[in-house]
Amino acid sequence: MQVTSTLRETLVTGGKSVADVSHDISRQVEGKPTRSWWAAFGISLVLLVFGAYSCWMLLWHGVGVWGLNKTVGWAWDITNFVWWVGIGHAGTLISAILLLFRQRWRMSINRAAEAMTIFAVICAASFPGFHMGRLWLGFYWALPLPNTFGSLWVNFNSPLLWDVFAISTYFSVSLVFWYMGLIPDFAVIRDRAVKMGHMTRARIYNALSFGWDGAAKTWMRYESVALILAGLSTPLVLSVHTIVSFDFATSVIPGWHTTIFPPYFVAGAIFSGFAMVLTLLLVTRKVFKLEDYITIYHVELMNIIIIITGSIVGVAYITEFFIAWYGQVDAEYYAFYNRATGPYWWAYWSMMTCNVISPQLFWFKKIRTNLMATFILAAIVNIGMWFERFVIIVTSIHRDYLPSSWTMFHPTIYDIGQYIFTFGLFFTFFFLFAKFFPVINMAEVKSIIKSTSEKK
Amino acid sequence: MSEQKKIYWKGLEQLRNDESFVQHAHQEFSNDESDPGHSRRDFLRMMGFGISAATLAACETPVRKAIPYVNKPVDIDASIPNYYASTYINGGDYCSIVVKTREGRPIKIEGNTLSSVTKGGVNAQVEASVLSLYDDFRLRKPKLGDKAVSWEEVDKEVIGKLDAVAAAGGQIVLVSNTIISPSTFSAINKFTSKYGTARHIQYDAVSSYGVLKSNEESFGVAMIPSYDFSKAKVIVGIACDFLGSWHGAIEAATQYASTRKLDDGKTEMSRHYQFESNLSLTGANADYRTAIRASQEGAVAVQLYNLVAQKLGAATVSGGNDKFAQLENAANDLVAAKGASVVVSGSNDKNIQVVVNAINALLGNYGTTITTERPALVRKGNDEQMSSFVSDLESGKTKAVIFYNCNPVYDHPEGEKIAKSIAKASLTVSTASSEDETASLCGVKAPDHHFLESWNDAEPRKGSFSLSQPAITPIFITRQGQESLLKWSGVERPDYFSFVKGNWKAWFYNASGASDFQMFWDKCLYDGVYETAVTSSALKFVGNVSGAATALTSTAASGLEVVIYQSYGVGTGAQANNPLLHELPDPITKVVWDHVLTISVKDAAALGFTNDGESNTQLAELSVGSFKANVPVLIQPGQAAGTIGISVGYGRTKVGRVAENLGVNVYPLMKMVNGSLSRAVVSGVKLTNTNASYQIAQTQTHNTYMGRDSVIQESVLARFQKDPKAGRYEPAISKWDDKVAPGTLSLWKGHDYNDHHWAMAIDLNSCTGCGSCIVACNVENNVAMVGKDEVIRRREMHWLRIDRYYSSDATVDDLRGLEVASENPEVVFQPMMCQHCNNAPCETVCPVAATTHSTEGLNQMTYNRCIGTRYCANNCPYKVRRFNWFKYHDNQKFFEVNPAMNTDLGRMVLNPDVTVRSRGVMEKCSFCVQRIQSAKLTSKKEKRTMKDGDVVTACQASCASGAIVFGDINDAESKISKLLQVEKNPERPNGIDKKIGNPRAYTVLEEVGVKPNVFYLTKIRNKEEAKA
Repeated sequence: MQVTSTLRETLVTGGKSVADVSHDISRQVEGKPTRSWWAAFGISLVLLVFGAYSCWMLLWHGVGVWGLNKTVGWAWDITNFVWWVGIGHAGTLISAILLLFRQRWRMSINRAAEAMTIFAVICAASFPGFHMGRLWLGFYWALPLPNTFGSLWVNFNSPLLWDVFAISTYFSVSLVFWYMGLIPDFAVIRDRAVKMGHMTRARIYNALSFGWDGAAKTWMRYESVALILAGLSTPLVLSVHTIVSFDFATSVIPGWHTTIFPPYFVAGAIFSGFAMVLTLLLVTRKVFKLEDYITIYHVELMNIIIIITGSIVGVAYITEFFIAWYGQVDAEYYAFYNRATGPYWWAYWSMMTCNVISPQLFWFKKIRTNLMATFILAAIVNIGMWFERFVIIVTSIHRDYLPSSWTMFHPTIYDIGQYIFTFGLFFTFFFLFAKFFPVINMAEVKSIIKSTSEKK
Repeated sequence: MSEQKKIYWKGLEQLRNDESFVQHAHQEFSNDESDPGHSRRDFLRMMGFGISAATLAACETPVRKAIPYVNKPVDIDASIPNYYASTYINGGDYCSIVVKTREGRPIKIEGNTLSSVTKGGVNAQVEASVLSLYDDFRLRKPKLGDKAVSWEEVDKEVIGKLDAVAAAGGQIVLVSNTIISPSTFSAINKFTSKYGTARHIQYDAVSSYGVLKSNEESFGVAMIPSYDFSKAKVIVGIACDFLGSWHGAIEAATQYASTRKLDDGKTEMSRHYQFESNLSLTGANADYRTAIRASQEGAVAVQLYNLVAQKLGAATVSGGNDKFAQLENAANDLVAAKGASVVVSGSNDKNIQVVVNAINALLGNYGTTITTERPALVRKGNDEQMSSFVSDLESGKTKAVIFYNCNPVYDHPEGEKIAKSIAKASLTVSTASSEDETASLCGVKAPDHHFLESWNDAEPRKGSFSLSQPAITPIFITRQGQESLLKWSGVERPDYFSFVKGNWKAWFYNASGASDFQMFWDKCLYDGVYETAVTSSALKFVGNVSGAATALTSTAASGLEVVIYQSYGVGTGAQANNPLLHELPDPITKVVWDHVLTISVKDAAALGFTNDGESNTQLAELSVGSFKANVPVLIQPGQAAGTIGISVGYGRTKVGRVAENLGVNVYPLMKMVNGSLSRAVVSGVKLTNTNASYQIAQTQTHNTYMGRDSVIQESVLARFQKDPKAGRYEPAISKWDDKVAPGTLSLWKGHDYNDHHWAMAIDLNSCTGCGSCIVACNVENNVAMVGKDEVIRRREMHWLRIDRYYSSDATVDDLRGLEVASENPEVVFQPMMCQHCNNAPCETVCPVAATTHSTEGLNQMTYNRCIGTRYCANNCPYKVRRFNWFKYHDNQKFFEVNPAMNTDLGRMVLNPDVTVRSRGVMEKCSFCVQRIQSAKLTSKKEKRTMKDGDVVTACQASCASGAIVFGDINDAESKISKLLQVEKNPERPNGIDKKIGNPRAYTVLEEVGVKPNVFYLTKIRNKEEAKA
C-alpha cells in the first residue's frame, strides 16, 4: 500500500528565497516615498482635515449639527461605529484564530489585517466619543474610576459600559499582538540599515525592535507570547461584536430587541472585515509589488470566508422576518414590514443586494479568483454592511411604538463630515503604516518559504 | 523653695536645654535651617506659581450680580413663593387666576379654584401670559411721536389737545375691546363725561355682535346668556368651538368634561353632535361630527328647528330642506333630553342665532342649561359702531382718538382704512403696552401696565366679580391705563387702586353685610373673587324665528368658502409675541410657528396640493377680491369639502421679533353680513396652487395610531354599560403551558416604595386636547423653546405632548391603509409624558447612572451626571425624553425664539426651583419633582404627614377638565387611589405590584412590561354600537 500525500498549496510564488523576502518587504520601508504614496497620503490628509473641521463644529455647537432628532437619537454615528468595529474583526480573526488552527496562508496577510484592525478600532471608538452630548465629561465618567463624587460608579448594567470594556480590551490586546509581531521585522530593517550605513534609521528601528537580538531563547519567548496572545484574543473576536450587538439586543425597541444578534453581528463583522482586508491588500500588493506573497490563493480563501459569512448574515435577515411574522407582536411585525417597504426601503434593499445576493457570485471560481471582481464585490460588501447597521439602527427607531413620534432622519454635512473624518484618519494611519512598517510579516513568511513556496 | 519656683520657658528646647539651643541661645531668632536666601528653585517655583495664578485670575468667571435686600420686605423670603389671586384680562378674554411669585417676580399662573366662573380652569393663553410680562418689545417709557418723554409731558399734550378738540366741538372717541371691568367703565365714564363730545366704542377682534343682536331680538336684551354644559345630556354645536376658542371656553371645558367622565360608577355621559367646516377642537371631541360648508350653517339650524318642532308639535318654518348626516338623530336625542340639552352656534349671524335660540326655547333649555339671568359680559363689541367710527375717522369727523389697549389697525377688518386716515385726527393716543400696528401710528404712546402689574376688577358674568392685583412693581415706566384716563378726565392725582377700592366699597361692601370694610376688602383680595346675588328674572323668547329662517334660505353657495377661526395658540394675535404660544402645537394640526390654510382631502386632490410625511407642502395663493396672500396648505382630514380653514392671529407686522411677519393677516376677510362681522367668506374665493414648495413645522407627522390597541383603547358607551372593560386590550405573554399578563414574569422582584408611590391617571374621555398643560409644563419646568427650524428637525423640547390620532378606514391588516386618516375621522387625544416606569428601560442603559429610580417610584434625571449618549431616549418606548441638541440659553441663535433664556428681561420668568439644562444633556418630565419636594418640606414644617392634594403637578393644575389626576397610590384615601381603585398586595403593600381595579385603567404598551406609573382611562364615545 502506498500513501500519497497531497501536494501542499503554494503560498509564496516566484521562487523567493529568505533573502528575497527581507529585501522585497524592507525596501518599501527603506526607499523614498513614491509619488503615488504622496498622492494617496495627501488625499487622506485632506479628508482628515475636513473631518476635523466637522468634529470641531460638532464640539463647538453641539450634537445638534447632526441630523438626529427626538425619535432617532442614533443614526450615522452608531452606524459608523458598528461598521468600523466590524471591519476591525478580520485582523484578530486572521492572526489569532487562524494561528490556532495552523492556517499558514494567513502569514502574508496578517500584518496588514492587524494594522487595519487597530486603525479601524480607533475610528470606531471616535464615534461613541463624539456622539456624546458632553464628551469632555463622558470620556472619563464612563470609566469606573475612583472619584470624589460620593463615590459615584458607572452603571454596570449598561451595554454601553460593556462596550467601553470590550472595545478597550480588544484594542489593547490587538495592539500588543500586532506590535509584538513587528519586533523581529523591525530588527531586520535595523540590521539592513546598519549594513547600508543608515545609522539614524538603525537607531530608530533598534528602539522600535526593543533591541531584538534574534537569539534562540528570544525566538522561543516570542513564539510563546504569540500563542498566549492568540489564545487571549480568540474569545475577543467573538465577544466584541457580541457586546456591540447587546447595545441593541438588550433594548426594548422592536427591531433591536432580537436574541439572534450576537452570532449575527459576529458573522457580519467577519464578513465586512474580510471585505476590507481584501480591499486594502489588493491595492497594497499592486502598489508594493507583493504579488508573490499575496497570491490569488489568498484572495480565493478570503472570498470563501466571505461567501460563508455572507450567507450566515442572509439567514439571519430571513430569520428576523420569520420571527416577526411568527411572533405576531404588532410593533415587531410592523418594524420589519416597515424595514422592507417603509420610507427606508431603499436602505433595506441595498443591504440585501450588497450583503446577501452579490457575494453569492463567489460560488463561481472564475469570479472569486478574479482580482477586479473581488475588489468590486469587496467594496459592495462594505457598502452593504454599512447599510445593514443603518437599517438596524435607523429604521427600527424611526418608527417604533407610538406612531405620534415617528420621524425621518436626514443626515447633515456634519454627519457626513464625521464619517469622512474617520476615513481620513484610517487611511492616514494606514499609509503611514504601509510606508514605515513592514506590511508583511517577514519572520513568519520566512518560516514557510522552505515548505510551501514555489520552487524556481 | 526651688520646688515653688516657677520656671518659664519658651520652648521644649529651652526646657530640655538642648545643645543646639544653647549654641544659638544668644541669637534673637533661632535659625535651625541653613541659608534662608531664595534659591534658584524657589525663584522658579514662585514664578511658576505667580504666572499660573495670574493666568487663572485672568480667566474671570462671569460675574452674576445678586443684590441683597437692604430692608427685606416683610412678605418676601428668598426661595419662598408668594401667591396672589388676580385676574387675567386680555381684551374680553378673562380668567380668574392665582399668580405665583418668587422674589417678587411672577413666574407662573394657575387657575383660581374659588371662581364660580372658571372654577380653577385656565387655557394656554392664560398660562403663557406670564411671559408676555417680560416681553422685550414692551414700551419702556411713554412716547410722543418717536421721542421718549415723561408722563407729565404726555398729560400736558393729551389734555391740551383734548381740550382744544372738545372746545372746537370735534369728536373724541375712546376705542377699546370689550371692557369687562366695572371700575374701568366708571373711569371711562368719567372721561367721556368730562368731554362732551367724547364717546366710547367697544369692538372685539372676534366679534359676537350677531349674538348680542339676536338676543336683543329674541329676548329684548342685548346679552350673551351663560351656558351650563354640565347639565346637558345632549349637546349640539353648529360651528361653535365652545371648548376651544369660544369666549367662555374655559368654563365650558370644565362643565363639558363633567358630563364626559365615567368615574364613581357613572354610566351615563352626554352625547355631542357637531356640525362644522373646520375640524375644531370641539368637533374633535364630538361623538358625531358632520362636516358642513359655512354657507350651510343656517340650513342646519333651520332644519334642526323644523325637526325639533315637528317632534314637539310646534309650527315649522320654511327652508332647511337639505339633508345633513346625523341631524335627524340629533333632533331625536335633543327632544328626548328636553330641558337637559343645549344647542350652540358659533355664528355671528343674528338670524342663525335667533333660530338656535328658538330651538333652545322649544326644548325648554332656558332656565336649565342656558341662563339669561346671569349673562356673560365678555363680548360687548359693537361692529356697527366700530364701522361708523372708521368712516368718521376717514371723513375727518373724529378729531381725537384714544385706542385703549386695542389694536384695530391689525385686528379689525377695516384696519387699513384706520391706518390710512389716522393722521386726520389731531390727537391719537394708544395705551397699548407695545408699539403695535396701531400704537406705532399714534402720536401719543401712553403704555399701560401689563395685567400682572395692575389693579383692576372684572365682571365676566353678571354678579360674578374678580379682582386683579399687581404681582410685581411695574418693570418699566408705564402707567395704569385707567389712571391715564382719570388723569385726562381731570383727576389731579389719580390712584386707580383707591378708585377700585372705593368702587367696591360703594358697590358691594354695604350690600355684603360685612362689619369692617378693610376686612371685607382683604377677603375679596385674598379670594380674588366676589359674588353678588342677581335679582333679574328669566327672559322669555319672543323672537321671530320664521323671519330669521326666511332670511337664511337665500344663501346657497357653490364655490370655495373661507372659514376663519382663532388659532388655539396666538388667538386673536394680541399675544403674538409670545413664543410659548407659537411653540404650542395646534391641538388639531400640530403645526407650530406657522400659519397654514387647511383644505379637505377632496379639494387638495382637485387643486393638486400634496402633503408628504414630512409636512412638505405647496404655497397656495388665496385671493378674495383684492385680498391676496400666499399661504402653505395643510390637507386636513375632517375639513368640509369646499371649505378652507384659516386662522386669525398671524400676519402681525409690528409685534416684536418672535412673530413679526409670520403668516398673513386675515382679519380683512371678515365682512359685515346682516350688520355683524362674518367669519365666513362664502363667495369670490379663489385658491390657486403656486407649486412653490414649503415645509411646515409640525410636532406630529404621523396621524393615525395604526390600530395599535396597546396605545389607544376605546369603545362606545353601550358596550361600556354592558362591560366596563369594553375596549380594553389585555395582552398576554405566552409561557410553555399558559398565558399570563405581561409584567408577571420578571427576573426582578420589583421595587418597594415605603413612603410614597407617585402615579398619575389621565382620563382620555375628559381630556379635550386643548394644550394648556403643555404651556403650563413649559413655564413650570423652564422648557426651552427651539423655534421653527428645530421643530422641522423634530427637536421640540416639550416634556409633555398631546398625541392626536385620527381614525382610519382601513382594516388592521392593511398597514399601508392604516397610515391614512379617514375623510372625517374620529379623533383621540392622548397626553404623553414620561411614564415613570417601575421597570424603566432608560435606567438600565445609561452608562453613567444619570437616570435612576427614586424610592418613591419616580424616574429621575440627574442633569449634572448626564453625558448625553441618548441611549435612554432611544430605549424609551414612549419617546418622551428630550435632548439638548444645542445650548438653548445664552445663545444668540435662540435669542428670538427663546427669550426666557436669552434676555435679561425674559430670564425673570424662569422657575428658580428648576435647573436650566445645559447643552448635551437629556431631560424629561419629572412629575414636577420640585413641587413634590416643596410639599414635603411644607408638611415637615407643619409636623404632619403629607396629605392628598399637597402635590399638584403643573399639568394637573392647568387642566380645566380635570382629566389629569396625580397622587400617591400608597395612600388608600388619595383621589388617585380611589379613581384607579388601587388594591394593594397584602404581602407587599408598598410594592409595585398593586392591582388596579378600575376596569377602564390601562397602561400604554403594557406588553413591553415596563410597568408605567401613568394610567390612562379608556376613551368612551357616546355613539351607536355599529359605528364604533
